[in-house]
Amino acid sequence: MRRRLSRLGLWLWVWAVLFFLFAPIVTIILFGFDRSNVETWPIQHWTMHWYSVAWNDPQVRSAFVLSIKAAVAATVLSLLLGSLAAFGVHKARFFGRDSISLLLILPLALPGVITGVALNSAFQWTGITLSIWTIIVGHTTFCIVVIYNNVIARLRRTSNTLLEASADLGANTLQTFRLVTFPTIATALVSGALLAFALSFDEVIVTTFTAGAQNTLPIWIFGAIRLGQQLPEVNVVVTMVVILMFIPILIAARLTGTENFAPRVAAARKSD
Amino acid sequence: MSNEPAIDIRGVAKSFGPTTVLHDINLEVLDGEFFTMLGPSGSGKTTLLRMVAGFETPDRGEIRLHGDEVTQRPAHLRPVNTVFQDYALFPHMDVVTNVEYGLRVAGVKRGVRRERANAALAMVRLEGFSERRPAQLSGGQRQRVALARAIVNEPSVLLLDEPLGALDLKLRQEMQTELKAIQRRIGITFVYVTHDQEEAMAMSDRIAIMNQGVIEQVGTPREIYELPSTAFVASFIGTSNVIVRNGRTQSLRPERLRLLGAGTKVPEGSNAEAGTVTDVMYLGMMTRIFVHLDSGDDIVAVRTNDDSAGGATDVETGAHIVVAWRPEDAFALESELV
Repeated sequence: MRRRLSRLGLWLWVWAVLFFLFAPIVTIILFGFDRSNVETWPIQHWTMHWYSVAWNDPQVRSAFVLSIKAAVAATVLSLLLGSLAAFGVHKARFFGRDSISLLLILPLALPGVITGVALNSAFQWTGITLSIWTIIVGHTTFCIVVIYNNVIARLRRTSNTLLEASADLGANTLQTFRLVTFPTIATALVSGALLAFALSFDEVIVTTFTAGAQNTLPIWIFGAIRLGQQLPEVNVVVTMVVILMFIPILIAARLTGTENFAPRVAAARKSD
Repeated sequence: MSNEPAIDIRGVAKSFGPTTVLHDINLEVLDGEFFTMLGPSGSGKTTLLRMVAGFETPDRGEIRLHGDEVTQRPAHLRPVNTVFQDYALFPHMDVVTNVEYGLRVAGVKRGVRRERANAALAMVRLEGFSERRPAQLSGGQRQRVALARAIVNEPSVLLLDEPLGALDLKLRQEMQTELKAIQRRIGITFVYVTHDQEEAMAMSDRIAIMNQGVIEQVGTPREIYELPSTAFVASFIGTSNVIVRNGRTQSLRPERLRLLGAGTKVPEGSNAEAGTVTDVMYLGMMTRIFVHLDSGDDIVAVRTNDDSAGGATDVETGAHIVVAWRPEDAFALESELV
């Protein structure tokens, strides 16, 4: 009897936490269907009107396209640099290896403001004009970490004798990479890439310091909220972003296994 | 079979930092023999094996395989294959893809290599398992896949690094018989590393006993058991009573000792010493008897519990007895027991 009571209590508690986490998001989704410009509960007139407004808004469109472009480019760049760094740190034994490993992870722990200001003044000083490329560089600084962490964790878990076995069976370095190393880290790369994409897509702080005249989607949302004239449209855009973001995060969680995934997302989110 | 030894190790030494793992090793492994390197952990046996495989390079000395100098040659260019202690099966490949890996990287055509991989799987009695992933196999089955993956390449030497270490006793004994049978059938030189003396005795044509980076003795199982040349070998292989008489260190096997009741006539020509029984252990097939000799040495004697032996069962703790042995059963050892 007491066990049943405590189980019921636990169950209620879990739902309370879930409500606390997701009620605001659900609210936004619901108000996206509200005809009124002023958000009042209960919703009087349900409508799809704001969806067509958002869809036909050229500012939203260009911000969306810019965000996708930047996220894809930052992800590709991070895949390349992050996995190479992981291979280097994992394989080589050199003086200061641990310090380099720490330096690689640091951008994630560093507040976005610092990264943003630092990049901004670096660009100013070298005379580089702010553009999509400076956004990509800014996002890559923290996306690299996600890839690096994922790949090095996988490499550390991979038994060294697998590589020895491959060599023992006559495979040269390239064959070993193609047939053993790459397949073992492939899922780590995919999940890292999806996470990096999600991080880049909704990044605000670093972007404000590195974007030129163009807006990324989160920047547009931020601006629209401050002006307060387009609240229903913002709700619609946010709803779309939530749906879009949910897919890669789900896939990434499936690939790495939820136990490993949760702490890594938490670490990644600290920079936001 | 060629006249050259399968493996010829000359003056090989190796240190890891300040620790010397191997001191000046000289060893010849003959073509087609089942050779075992036996020793406690830290004796250097695995390091020596890894040097033959190409995973370690000696600081000094050279290694030849069938006469070819290979000391500095990378692992993937050596005609040897290894069965690893943890099997090292590729987790993302099914069984048959694992087995044909060596043929695949050597550029053997798909049809041919499939056929040979299946033949190798048949040899280790794993037909019907080709599509499984390593994670879906038991320890014993993984062991067989690892073996098939190595022998399918028809290496000139097969290296086995404690391959049965992770298996339970019954499976281990089965695999010992099977390994020996496979080795006879394919006629490849096997070099087997283990710390299990029973395993070494059961399978090997010859055994090298290693201790602290040195080879203490090389010989057939019988030679090593009956004529141990050092105190370490005598005590590491089986049980041995090491005693010093007339300034000579000698080894006495427990089963060679005869226990006689006080007052019984000592057989002609035997050595005999009086003592007190301190403990009697009944072990089913045999009884182990601990004796404190009047000279001060503690020794162990063993008696089989069959009807014909007689006399053993009436030995009780505290009894005064006489321990007798033929002089030829006591072996002089080269080194003193520390």
